[in-house]
Formats: sequence, C-alpha cells, structure tokens
Amino acid sequence: MMEFIVIVLGISFYFYVIFGGADFGAGILELFTGNKSIKPIYKAIAPVWEANHMWLILAVVIIFNAFPPIYSRMSISLHIPLFIVLIGIIMRGTAFTFRHYDAVDDGVKKYYNFFFRSSSLLTALFLGITLGAMIMGGVTDAEGISFPDKYIYPWLNPFCVSIGIFTVFLFAYIATVYIIGETETEEEALYFSKIACRFLIALFVIGGWVLILAYLKEVPFVSDFLSNPISIASWVLATAFVPLILFLMNKNNVLGMRISVAGQVAFIMLAWAAAQLPNIIFMENGNHLTLYNSVAGPSTLYYLTIALVIGVIIIFPALFYLFKVFKSD
Amino acid sequence: MDVLTAARLQMAFSLGFHIIFACIGMTMPFLMAYAEWKWLKTGEEVYKDLAKAWSKGVAIFFAVGAVSGTMLSFELGLLWPEFMEHAGGIIGMPFSWEGTAFFVEAIALGLFLYGWEKLNKWVHWVSGVIVGLSGLASGILVVAANGWMNSPAGFDYVDGKFLNIDPLAAMFNDAWFSQALHMCLAAFVATGFAVAGLHALLLIKDRRNIFHRKALIIAMVFASISSILIPLSGDIAAKSVAERQPAKLAAMEAHYHTEKGASLIIGGIPDDETKTVNYAFHIPYALSFLAHGDFNSEVIGLDQIPEENHPPVLITHLAFQIMVGIGTFLFIVGLVYFFLFWKKRETIFKNWFLRLVTFCTPLGFIAVEAGWTVTEVGRQPWIIYEIMKTADAVTPMPGIQFSFYMTLLIYLFLSAVLVFIMYRQIKMLPVNYPSSIAHLNQEIK
Repeated sequence: MMEFIVIVLGISFYFYVIFGGADFGAGILELFTGNKSIKPIYKAIAPVWEANHMWLILAVVIIFNAFPPIYSRMSISLHIPLFIVLIGIIMRGTAFTFRHYDAVDDGVKKYYNFFFRSSSLLTALFLGITLGAMIMGGVTDAEGISFPDKYIYPWLNPFCVSIGIFTVFLFAYIATVYIIGETETEEEALYFSKIACRFLIALFVIGGWVLILAYLKEVPFVSDFLSNPISIASWVLATAFVPLILFLMNKNNVLGMRISVAGQVAFIMLAWAAAQLPNIIFMENGNHLTLYNSVAGPSTLYYLTIALVIGVIIIFPALFYLFKVFKSD
Repeated sequence: MDVLTAARLQMAFSLGFHIIFACIGMTMPFLMAYAEWKWLKTGEEVYKDLAKAWSKGVAIFFAVGAVSGTMLSFELGLLWPEFMEHAGGIIGMPFSWEGTAFFVEAIALGLFLYGWEKLNKWVHWVSGVIVGLSGLASGILVVAANGWMNSPAGFDYVDGKFLNIDPLAAMFNDAWFSQALHMCLAAFVATGFAVAGLHALLLIKDRRNIFHRKALIIAMVFASISSILIPLSGDIAAKSVAERQPAKLAAMEAHYHTEKGASLIIGGIPDDETKTVNYAFHIPYALSFLAHGDFNSEVIGLDQIPEENHPPVLITHLAFQIMVGIGTFLFIVGLVYFFLFWKKRETIFKNWFLRLVTFCTPLGFIAVEAGWTVTEVGRQPWIIYEIMKTADAVTPMPGIQFSFYMTLLIYLFLSAVLVFIMYRQIKMLPVNYPSSIAHLNQEIK
C-alpha cells in the first residue's frame, strides 16, 4: 500500500512540476519578454489554471496523512522558506485571476503584472530552495543552537539557492516550450524557440554548477546520485532529449515538443528520486527521515489508499476531458 | 505577544479570511447554476447574463479561496507541527477526500467558465452543478476534521500515544454531522443575503432593472429558505455541544453555576471575577430546555470544570450572542420575504424592503465569523478536546509574531484589492437593463 501511495505522491509532484511549473514559468517568462507573452499564456493556461495547482494540495495532504513526521519536520525546520512559498502562491494566484477578471483595462494592469511576475519568480525560487534543503543534509533538530543555525542556514546557502535558481529556469523552460504551441505566427514561434534554447543552456550551466558545488560541499545526495545506475541512466536519457526537442522545434511539431519536454522532466525527476529514495529529509546528524521510518499506521494507509484510488478514478478522466475540450483544436 | 498568541492569531485570521471564500465557493455556484437552469427552461436572456455575471464572481472568489486554502494546508504544520504529527494520520483521510473534491471543483469550474460556447448546454449546466456539489463536499469534509478536534474519536489514547487508529471512526465523530449541517446552511444564509443585498442596493438606484430584480429573487430564495431552516441545525448543534463539551456550552451561555432548571442568559457582559453576568436578560428554565429538551434538567456550569480548562468566557459568550442575534434577525427577514413573495410580490421592490435587504448584506458573514469564533475559542485551551492542549501543539520556532504580522498585512492588502476589483465589476453591470447588455454578451476570453 505504501508503494501505491508513494507512486501517487510522485505523480502528483510530477504533474505539479510540469503543469504548475509551467504556470510559474509563464510568470518568469514575462520577466524576460514583457507583455509579449501575455496573450499566448492566457490561451495556454487560463482554463486549466486552477486545476494545475491542485496537485500541490494533493501532495501536501498525502504527506501529512501518510508521513506525518516528514510534514512536521519540514514545517518546523523549513518554516521560513515554506512561508515565503505560500506568500508567493497567494500573490501570484490572485494577481493572475485579478488581471484576467478585472472589468476595467487600465493602468492597474501594471501592478497585477508586477505581482504576478515577481511572485512567480519568488515561489519557484523558494520551492527549489526548500527541496535543496531537504537533500543537502543541513536540517537539524539539535537543541541549544542559535536561531540562524537552526532555522536559516540549513536552507540559505549557495547549494540550496543554486537548486532554487535551477528550478526557476526549469519552470521557465517548460513554460516557454509549451507556449510555442500557442503562438499564431511563425515569427512568434521562432522568438519563443530562441528563448527556450537560452533557458536550456542556462539549465546546463546551473546544473553543472550545482554538481560541482555539491561535490565540494560533500552533500551526501551527490554520491548517492553518482553511484545509482538508474539516476545515471535517467540523466543520460534526459540529456538525450535535447537534440530531439531542438529537431521538433525546428519542425514546429507542437505535440511532439510538449510530450518530449514532459518526458525530459520525468527523467530529470526520476534521476533525482532514484538517488534520494527512500530518504526524504537528510538530517545533519545522519538520522535521515525516510519513507519507512515516517510512515503512518496500516489503517491510515488503508483508508488513504481507498481515497486515492477513488480520487484517481474521478480526477484523471475529468482532467482528461478538461484538456480535451480546451486543447483539442 | 508570545509565540502561542501570535500563532493563534495567525490561524484565526487565516481561517477567518478563508471561511468567507469557502462559504461563497460552497453556495454561489448553486445560484449561478439555478440562473442558468432558468435560462435553459425559459430561454430568457436575462438569466444567461445573470449566470455569466455571477460566474465571474465565483471565479474571482474561488481563486482567492484556493490560495488561502493552500495557505491553511501548510499553516496547520507551520504553526501546529506537534498537533499534525499525531492528528495527520488520524484525520488525514477527510483531507484527502477534500483534496479530490477540490480538484473536481477546479476542473468543473474551468469547464463552466470557458465552456459556454464549447460544451453542450446541459453538459455545461451540469458542470456548474458539480462545482457547487464538490464545493459543498469540501466544506463538509473540512468541518468533519474540525469536528474531530471537538469530539476526538477513532483512536485509543494510552500514555500519551495514539494507538489503534481508525480513520473512519475519526471522520464520523460525534460532532461532524451537527457541525457540517450548521456550516452548510450558514454558508447559504451568508452568501444568499450578501448577493441579495448587493443587488438590492443596485435596485434602489435603478428600480426597473430586470437583471437585478431576477438576481434579487433568486438570491433571496436561497437566503430565506436557509435562514428559516438554520435555527433547527443550530438547535441540533447546541444539544450536541451540551452533550459532548459542557465547558463550551457553559462559556457560550456564560453559565457559571451548575443548576437544574437553568435560565437562558441573553446578552450581558460576563465577569469571571464575580462569576456573574452584568446587564443580561434572563429567561427562566429556557437553557435547560434548549440544552437537554427538558425544563428541569441539570446544566453543567463552569464551576464543575477546573479553572485551567475554562475557555475564555467573554469572547465565547459575546460571539455566541452575535451569531444567535443575527440568525434570529435573518430568520425574520426570511419569513417576511416569503410572506411578501406570496401575498404582495411588488412590495419586494419597494424602497423599505430593498433597504432592509441591503442592510443584511454583511450580516450573514458576521454571524459565520462569530459562530466560528464560538467553535474555536470555546474549545480552548484544547486543540484536541481533552487530549492535547493548544499550548503543547505550537511550533518551537521563535518569532512567529513576524509571520503573523506578515499574514495580517497580506490579507488586509488582498481584501482591499478584492473590494476594489468587485467595485469595478459591479460598475460594469448593466444599467437600464435590458437595453445595455452588449458587453456582457461578449464571450469571456
């Protein structure tokens, strides 16, 4: 049962990255392109906008139901970055909707834009920082140490911030590839293709930098990563998608491009998950929180499994229908 | 301000903010779907315009409700990690169902908002109904989890450990039904009167406007039916509280001394020092009857409860008085509306009645906030009744004061923006309907 729950959790998280991430990325992209991308962004995400963010709620609920100690530890030690993520989620969610539904189109749009863009960046950055802190191994439950040592330095450091920046560019990249398919002219498509390539290059640079940094800092995750065949294979496959995506971009094959990027992200996340699991939070003292030592009792898992099975049976066809209605033409 | 106070205030503000949007999300879709149903049945365009105008409101409020709800799902842990570490496995199940319901709501809302041209009319209508049903389900599930805090069930508590966990029994605890019923009706009352009040205000300026007239009638139907029913659910809830949480009942009623044939105290200022209620109005035997259905039954007073386990009496009592006072007033308005509707329909659009309904605009929501205060403050000092104290559940992280101020600032800012944006929406509503509706007929793009 736990395996099933972990798979649903993984899928929720993956969908949050590719759909919710694309929404964040859209805001980040606007920082680079200004108002140019607003129209295709609305075409791309408006109807599915709210649904994209439900994946996060599902993931959180699964964590606090099935793995309460992990939720509790994150909430205590990573309180500050999570709180900033929340502020970002509130700001951008409302700014996006207000910008769309404000009945009057005037100078106020400027402010909606500002909040939408800056909070998209903020949320993505701190989501990445939070994840970085979970794998870096700086999280501590030690007593009698200073406030910054306990609540700030475990996440505010070059490694975690680099992971945050990586996340920002990953989301921006996903969004840009997605938006190419919503453009109306060839010129526009070319414009966004160029940006996507730049984001891809940035991802490689930052990704390499993260590895070097992790190696120098002796982050335990990196040795797990380098010694795990699934991680290495997934990483190679994710890289192998690059020429394919460039080719499809050249052919302007929208569906192929989108599927390839989704596949590429899947392999990036698989590479990461294979190295990390079953550890979830790497603790400074070595007593890592794992799926096994944090899992709730069998009756809890039993009822959660039932709820998730029914949820999946309802949600997936409904979501498929939603995308079919708005994305089929 | 200490960490516990800051955490409680932050939670209170977050919930108090979210509850408004949750109520609207639970009930407004039904108004919108009802308007569309009238359009499908009668073919009158005014109903379609109404459904569209209301759906914009639903979209705006849903978005705010979704993000403030996301905030809460994290705040449970950020502020009360010790509580969630134990409660997560026990009451996580209703939350996981709620996640599903919320998801369905978001999908159905996407279909409704953007599917006017793309979907079959009846499929479109059904998607609107599903928005409402899943919103209602979300509300019921979350309240069931709150019911568990009031009436813990589904585990054995042995030496500080939670053993033999049964999530099903935890979800269907003794409080879930009465709380959920009362909350759902309250959501209809609050939203119904708020919408009716807004359209009544606009009608005062623009009396012949068919758009607002239809809107007023639909909203008042929902508002009056639920306001007439809500005393019943209130009675069920009060009897349930009397049974399960005598301390909360005693605080609600400012009932300091255990007695048989207890009188009901209306209004007044409770004084914890002298254990009396000043300036109050007493109805003999009424409390015994309301609490236990028998004029001579004994009602436990605060004197039977250890001092350290007393809820704050003043706040709980006053909040309860506000809730019941408003509930009674809206009950009467509901009755008056039905009387007028059957006997003298045109009177509904007379100035005095429109003013009365306008006056009711915020009342339902004030009552909801007050009722929520009764539930939460009346449970103190417990976070899980008679199992875990709120003070023991709070995060060990210092400096929660800052996150409280931050939260307060954000929600105040958001409220201001929301008022601004709703004002602009309302200004765009049709004047001199039906001659000026062109802009509403443009498909939402």
